[in-house]
Amino acid sequence: MIAQQISVFLENKSGRLTEVTSLLGEAGINLTAFSIAENSEFGILRMIVSDPEKAYKILKDAHFAAKLTDVLCLSCPNTPGALAKALKLLSDEGVFFEYMYAFANGETANVIIRPDNIERCITILQEAKLQLLAASDLYRL
Amino acid sequence: MMWNETMEALSADEMHKLQSIRLKRVVEHVYANTPFYRKKMMEMGITPDDINDIEDIVKLPFTTKDDLRNNYPFGLMAVPMSEIVRIHASSGTTGRPTVVGYTRRDITAWSECLARCFTAYGATKHDLFQVSYGYGLFTGGLGAHYGAEHIGASVIPMSSGNTQKQVQIMHDFGSTALCCTPSYALFIADFIKDSGVPREEFKLKYGIFGAEPWTENMRRELEQKLEIKAYDIYGLSEIAGPGVGFECQCQNGTHLNEDHFYPETIDPVTFEPVKDKEGELVFTHLTKEGMPLLRYRTKDLTRLHYGTCECGRTLVKMDRILGRSDDMLIIRGVNVFPSQIESVILEMPEFEPHYEIYVDRINNLDIMELKVEARPDAYSDNMNDIFALNKKLSSRLNSVLGIAVKVKIVEPRSLERSTGKAKRVFDNRKLK
Repeated sequence: MIAQQISVFLENKSGRLTEVTSLLGEAGINLTAFSIAENSEFGILRMIVSDPEKAYKILKDAHFAAKLTDVLCLSCPNTPGALAKALKLLSDEGVFFEYMYAFANGETANVIIRPDNIERCITILQEAKLQLLAASDLYRL
Repeated sequence: MMWNETMEALSADEMHKLQSIRLKRVVEHVYANTPFYRKKMMEMGITPDDINDIEDIVKLPFTTKDDLRNNYPFGLMAVPMSEIVRIHASSGTTGRPTVVGYTRRDITAWSECLARCFTAYGATKHDLFQVSYGYGLFTGGLGAHYGAEHIGASVIPMSSGNTQKQVQIMHDFGSTALCCTPSYALFIADFIKDSGVPREEFKLKYGIFGAEPWTENMRRELEQKLEIKAYDIYGLSEIAGPGVGFECQCQNGTHLNEDHFYPETIDPVTFEPVKDKEGELVFTHLTKEGMPLLRYRTKDLTRLHYGTCECGRTLVKMDRILGRSDDMLIIRGVNVFPSQIESVILEMPEFEPHYEIYVDRINNLDIMELKVEARPDAYSDNMNDIFALNKKLSSRLNSVLGIAVKVKIVEPRSLERSTGKAKRVFDNRKLK
């Protein structure tokens, strides 16, 4: 259920993102999803990759500020209102998100979420019969 | 352990007598042989006859780095060049280098001073010295080299740079002492860690670090990272090079070899001698033949402490150099020393001791920006954590320095590593 996200702190300098993606590409690591949070000075690149442990090691060896974080992947139908329903459920229960990002994949829409309380979030979603993607499935998308 | 217990533990009375005799001799020497000093003394209306006691030193003229530059290259030599066996020059990046010359006896005296330092750290002829100061015009490499040979240790003349080779030799030869700048030592420490070779395979016991000011926190950092004892060695090329002063096992001050170099502290503005408080350190050569200097203003700020140290030495002790009067930045009227910033960074476990200070003037306002690397595990996937880390450091700097500092956290290993003296301050105000 719980998936590993890899994040990298990057200064806003040209070419840094290229370096990260090239390193991963050369190692045969595929990117399933990613997002960047940024301000004028730095950005935080967050990625779901095919092999998080390996990606972490490669980036660390190249002295990137890489970090592994536990996240969840909520999978809902790619239809209007589906995400709203899931989010309302969680906010009603008082679950907060540090951040989230989404990607659609044909009939389904996947949302990577970083809740403040991951175990509780899982319980709520499972009780509501909402689908959480298994980490191994997520990495293979 | 002392190399020369007679001199290192001489009574205050005896030291006073010795210094008085030596001062008179050196003044006679420069009056007769250095036209620059003869002229200065004549202008001041004094002759060697006025100098009979070390206390009379206050009558003598000061010497500055500019005086050395104006007499470039050999104008201040007090012996014929045929007597000079070695020439060194400062690593200064601006203007002409400052040149110094040594007679054979000067080299021996300098080696003696270094032998005292190394012995104080516990080194003996059984040690293997890896000298990773630059060899060449800079006094660090050859100075440490001759000193280590003087105690009979085995010397590996590595010079600085080629860090991979440094680590390999350190490992394969089993170096027990490392001599280099503290910033280069940090670089080497990171390199060792990256090499993945277990610490047990190295025999390193002590680090002998100098040539740039460093803080107590930096010492802890180096001792922890390299698992050694780290000692400060003090010196400046104009006076001798490394070995003008050294720490003993107490690690709470730097003993000065005052039988060779007489120290005073003065107010850098009024030039009046100061006692029991911080002032600019001034040295007078007492034994030098080649190029003796009178009351040379070092620009280093410190405080002198007299008395007998717990180690048994009576050699005067000075506080760790906080900064140089010419390193001092004046930001919006506030005096700031880079070493203060370094101390704050090193107090916070989230940061690495790698930083750069940028000063600029924007819209007539001085702006100070600090670029600093965080520890690998301190970088977060969450923006707010990074903001909080930034705020933590900037607030602490603000309270210590009394001015606002813009902190910019940069990527690991993104700031330049230095193999010699690290350049950490970039004052762009001067360029406009």
